[in-house]
Amino acid sequence: MSKHTLSVLVENKPGVLARITALFSRRGFNIDSLAVGTTEHPEISRITIVVNVLDELPLEQVTKQLNKLVNVLKIVELDPASAVQRELVLVKVRADNDSRSQITEIVQLFRAKTVDVSPEAVTIEATGGADKLEAMLKMLEPFGIKELVQSGTIAVGRGARSITDRSLRALDRSA
Amino acid sequence: MTEQANGSHHPQPRTRGAAPAAAAPAERMTGAQSLIRSLEAVGADTVFGIPGGAILPAYDPLMDSAKVRHVLVRHEQGAGHAATGYAQATGKVGVCMATSGPGATNLVTPIADAHMDSVPIVAITGQVSSKAIGTDAFQEADICGITMPITKHNFLVTDADDIPRTIAEAFHIAATGRPGPVLVDIAKDAMQNETTFVWPPQQDLPGYRPVTKPHAKQIREAARLINEAKRPVLYVGGGVMKARATGELRILAELTGAPVTTTLMALGSFPDSHPQHVGMPGMHGDVAAVTALQKADLIVALGARFDDRVTGRLDTFAPHAKVVHADIDPAEISKNRVADVPIVGDAREVLADLIVAVQADHDAGRKGDYTGWWEHLNFWRNTYPLGYDLPADGSLSPQQVIERIGQLAPEGTLFAAGVGQHQMWAAQFIKYEKPATWFNSGGAGTMGYAVPAAMGAKAGSPDSTVWAIDGDGCFQMTNQELVTCALNNIPIKVAIINNGALGMVRQWQNLFYGERFSNTVLHDGAEHVPGSTQGVGSIRNRGTRVPDFVKLSEAMGCVGLRCETPDELDAVIAKANSINDRPVVVDFIVHEDAMVWPMVAAGTSNDEIMAARDVRPDFSDELDD
Repeated sequence: MSKHTLSVLVENKPGVLARITALFSRRGFNIDSLAVGTTEHPEISRITIVVNVLDELPLEQVTKQLNKLVNVLKIVELDPASAVQRELVLVKVRADNDSRSQITEIVQLFRAKTVDVSPEAVTIEATGGADKLEAMLKMLEPFGIKELVQSGTIAVGRGARSITDRSLRALDRSA
Repeated sequence: MTEQANGSHHPQPRTRGAAPAAAAPAERMTGAQSLIRSLEAVGADTVFGIPGGAILPAYDPLMDSAKVRHVLVRHEQGAGHAATGYAQATGKVGVCMATSGPGATNLVTPIADAHMDSVPIVAITGQVSSKAIGTDAFQEADICGITMPITKHNFLVTDADDIPRTIAEAFHIAATGRPGPVLVDIAKDAMQNETTFVWPPQQDLPGYRPVTKPHAKQIREAARLINEAKRPVLYVGGGVMKARATGELRILAELTGAPVTTTLMALGSFPDSHPQHVGMPGMHGDVAAVTALQKADLIVALGARFDDRVTGRLDTFAPHAKVVHADIDPAEISKNRVADVPIVGDAREVLADLIVAVQADHDAGRKGDYTGWWEHLNFWRNTYPLGYDLPADGSLSPQQVIERIGQLAPEGTLFAAGVGQHQMWAAQFIKYEKPATWFNSGGAGTMGYAVPAAMGAKAGSPDSTVWAIDGDGCFQMTNQELVTCALNNIPIKVAIINNGALGMVRQWQNLFYGERFSNTVLHDGAEHVPGSTQGVGSIRNRGTRVPDFVKLSEAMGCVGLRCETPDELDAVIAKANSINDRPVVVDFIVHEDAMVWPMVAAGTSNDEIMAARDVRPDFSDELDD
């Protein structure tokens, strides 16, 4: 199995996310993570999907089937070597007067932030790649993780080029 | 739709909706009126449907339309299949209409059917008022959600202003690229509200850009492989028919001299009588066609999708073949079988370019020599032709009935089949010489398709004779549309191949379930057959008698005939052919043990094809390099 990050530009219309997730489930593709948001253009949404596939051919099927959806404007696979990938976690860790300083030290090591403190727990906000966050959570685990929330991966290609430019031109033409 | 390369007189749906008629001045009207005006503007001349609460506003202006004929069906499933039959016979977009909730859900089967067979239809459904959506209102169903996986695209319209644009887009999407069903769900208040009708509307489909022009380099590579191959096969699917590329196909076939196999969806795209036609491939295909694919060193797939019913066990399919795969849908290429030369494009443009490229190779002295290949092909053809045995007890052979219907049919007859044994026999024993003369449910395998699809085909092509070849099982699923036919002057002919059983399932029980016929018997089990002139007391020759199909047909306003013996066969068919003012139903009581051969059992390799029960063809293995 290998993971691939796809950036999918779609028309910002009702029901588009449902079309995409339904396609994944009916075609038997595995979604590892999913993140959706608007872009610099209000009429375009960007969906970042991390898919888990056996080899190149199923990945080709994923992108081809996605491309057939009428509301999909563009699909770009982002190579980890030439893209910045980030996830956000919020994690509530059990903390008392004895352990709090050790936890704070871990937070600093991973350049994370403490966003809430209470007598029994601290809440930490961390961003980064999946590996870094996994390593941090491993360090925090012994203290007792009370609650964990993770966002899907979002990603953007390095350099000056933008993947939205051409799609926007297509939108302009059709408008 | 009898197009050839020279002189297609049919309207081209490719441009339908995309390039509508000249702009008309803006007019104030209701959303419902703008819907009907939009249907008129895209050229929809026939709509099959049933009104109901949420779609009521649309039916009021529909009553006044001089351009749109509405055919009131008896069940929404009939409307959907009729739209499919209409589309397949005319090459235009078929239209069906239903109300919200159960009306819309009754369209689900025909929509799924059209999706599997890439048939361009537009389904228009009423929806509850926009403010009531999501409240479990009376007759509310999320038909867009339900049909999302079985439509090419669908729309929910809640604003009257969006109606003309949505209808234009729906017809454009349905007819272009890989055709398919599009559903437009319109909230009742959007139809009731006032709006301004403007035509042509501005379409807004930035993400929809089907590629039709093939890549020149891939075409040259394909031509090179064709001319270098020793054992090529042109594997032709429904895409060639839909692209109206049958004239180009014939030119390429004759230019190369390669054998042609046409799938169930492509029968008629290449004349059955053509010496290069080796038959239909697949589970019940010709031995020659199945074996040609297995032994080929090059498969040129044109608008075909390597369906499991064609390939058999995929990992043993055509083990020696390189694959050129041309399809308008990029997702079909390398989906099941990896293509060596992928070509994305419209089949007509692909074939036109291939003809030029192959000819250029020939001119440069590179031409394939398939003489040795044809020796093998002809051997298989001559040794294992399609055939059947007449029942020893003198009862009617279903294959003979279907073969004679084909032989006695007037020129230009259209055939629609249900699903099962009769469908396979109709594919095998009727000779198809022209495109768009054979309609069936290929991908979905929808029992009950034949009668409503024949109705739609006849409505779209009233001058053609239309025969539905149906089974007694299928017929009992959708025969209510004969009432529609009788009342709307749609005089189709229906042959019920009545063997008293769900024949194809029975065949599998016969072969794979130790002859335990669980729930496949449709007759009453009685030994004696009242009114039968032959086979009294014989359990081999009785058929379904409850209901009495002759009386049922008469009750529905049709002429009902029955045929039980071979000696009356031709006369009964001739009588059915002579009646053209009413629908005719002929109840052919046939032998129940007839089986469809050849057969590749499900999940086995095409190498295991059985020409008949316990008869496995003997292939010389000299070609297995």
